[in-house]
Amino acid sequence: MLRVHEVTTAYQGLVAISSVSIDVEKGEIVCVAGANGAGKSTLLKSIAGAERPRSGTVTFDGKRLDGMAQHHITATGIAYVPENRRLFPRLSVRDNLRLGSYLYRGEANREGPLDLVFNLFPRLSERLEQRAETLSGGEQQMLAIGRALMTRPRLLMLDEPSQGIMPKLVDEIFQAVKRIRDAGMTVLIVEQRMAECLEIADRAYILQTGRVLMQGPSAEIKGNPDVRKAYLGL
Amino acid sequence: MTTETIIQSLASGLLMGLLYGLIAVGLALIFGLMDVVNFAHGEFLMIAMYATFFLFAFFAIDPLLSAPLVAAALFVFGALIYLLIVRFAMRAKANAGMVQIFATFGLAIVMRGLAQLLFTPDYRSVTHSWLGGKTVSIAGIFLPEPQLVGALVSIAAFAGLYFFINRTDFGRALEATREDPGAVALVGIDKNRVFALGWGLGAALVGLSGAIMAVFFYIYPDVGASFALIAYVTVALGGFGSVFGAFAGGIVVGLVEATTALVLPPSLKSVGIYAVYLLVVFIRPRGLFGSM
Repeated sequence: MLRVHEVTTAYQGLVAISSVSIDVEKGEIVCVAGANGAGKSTLLKSIAGAERPRSGTVTFDGKRLDGMAQHHITATGIAYVPENRRLFPRLSVRDNLRLGSYLYRGEANREGPLDLVFNLFPRLSERLEQRAETLSGGEQQMLAIGRALMTRPRLLMLDEPSQGIMPKLVDEIFQAVKRIRDAGMTVLIVEQRMAECLEIADRAYILQTGRVLMQGPSAEIKGNPDVRKAYLGL
Repeated sequence: MTTETIIQSLASGLLMGLLYGLIAVGLALIFGLMDVVNFAHGEFLMIAMYATFFLFAFFAIDPLLSAPLVAAALFVFGALIYLLIVRFAMRAKANAGMVQIFATFGLAIVMRGLAQLLFTPDYRSVTHSWLGGKTVSIAGIFLPEPQLVGALVSIAAFAGLYFFINRTDFGRALEATREDPGAVALVGIDKNRVFALGWGLGAALVGLSGAIMAVFFYIYPDVGASFALIAYVTVALGGFGSVFGAFAGGIVVGLVEATTALVLPPSLKSVGIYAVYLLVVFIRPRGLFGSM
């Protein structure tokens, strides 16, 4: 479904990811793990169009994405939830969600995915009139995912969804990711918390200093002695 | 000074104030949306007044009828100014703020120069329009019709703007872009389109006020300058970038101006506005209704 082929992206001359290739098949949950600064966020940005790759190609269902404007990439069916969530802080929860369905304005059923969003995160439905900035970290993450789901993505990309969230909610978010996949979407998730991420993922890639260090089915990666020692602390 | 004179002055001041609000709102809208001050705002007003004048002089279209046309023309003009000039000014790698200031300031000088070249510095006026020179008397207070209609147009425009911002998808996109222009692409919104629309809308609103101003004010290449100055004060008073603050700020400016005219000689009528402005800037620098 998604093919990232030998993508290199640099910021002001500094190479953040170098010749990275990953594939995501339809219906999978794929985890990209790695330490801080390994290039995980840059990888997602390069796919979402927030950063322009210096070389390499990104294709989504056969369509070239690299070089496309970010808002067009969203319209092709890729929803991207960045690390800092980028909600519209002074707008209400309702307006944030409604903006998520902006591409479907004029359609009678524009807010169709709302049922799924409230099903996954019931607390959002209790806070509709609240400003997004007044939500807790976990609730903001839920809203960011909810807003992304409103764009009706085929591929959902999450950057560190567990960041800045109390542990109880982290589990809730990871469970939600599984249910999002069950609802027919594909998920590409970037995480520092490798153990939790491998728990829900079908396959994983490990990035180190901008390169793919290892890849394979989650179980295999989990069982790899080097990974256990270096990343899982076992 | 009789009570009647005072009421008369305040009523005229209120009408003028509502017009000041309408003149200023485009400036506030654009500034709030993208932190760019349009230093050519007065020149937008000037070309709107000329457009109204020429439609009247050549095609005998009364300003009341040409107002929507002028607003539509200014919408296109404003959107083009964004797409052709401001968009590129915003990409400046260094000193972006300065580049934006000089881009719109330069635009103002070019527009003024072109107006002098093409339209000559002569003072023009729209004579014998439907409203020009007429007054109505309400409970013994005489109100000039152009200002009265202008005030009503202003109220209607603000009501329309309120509806547009709060009830439509594009209004919500405008608010979202104002909050975080870098995030709107996440929901499939093209921020450049929103910016262009913001410039179009801001210019259309000043176009509307220009059509009304043309009825009772002389039209000349520098006409925008004095009104632009009042518009900047209005925007600052209302709270930088707050669209509805501009409405309130305009009313304050109009009333203060009228009150000053009651106690000081007419040539000093602007003193009051700037005194209030300084006071607000010292005591409440975010403006009367600003939230930041």
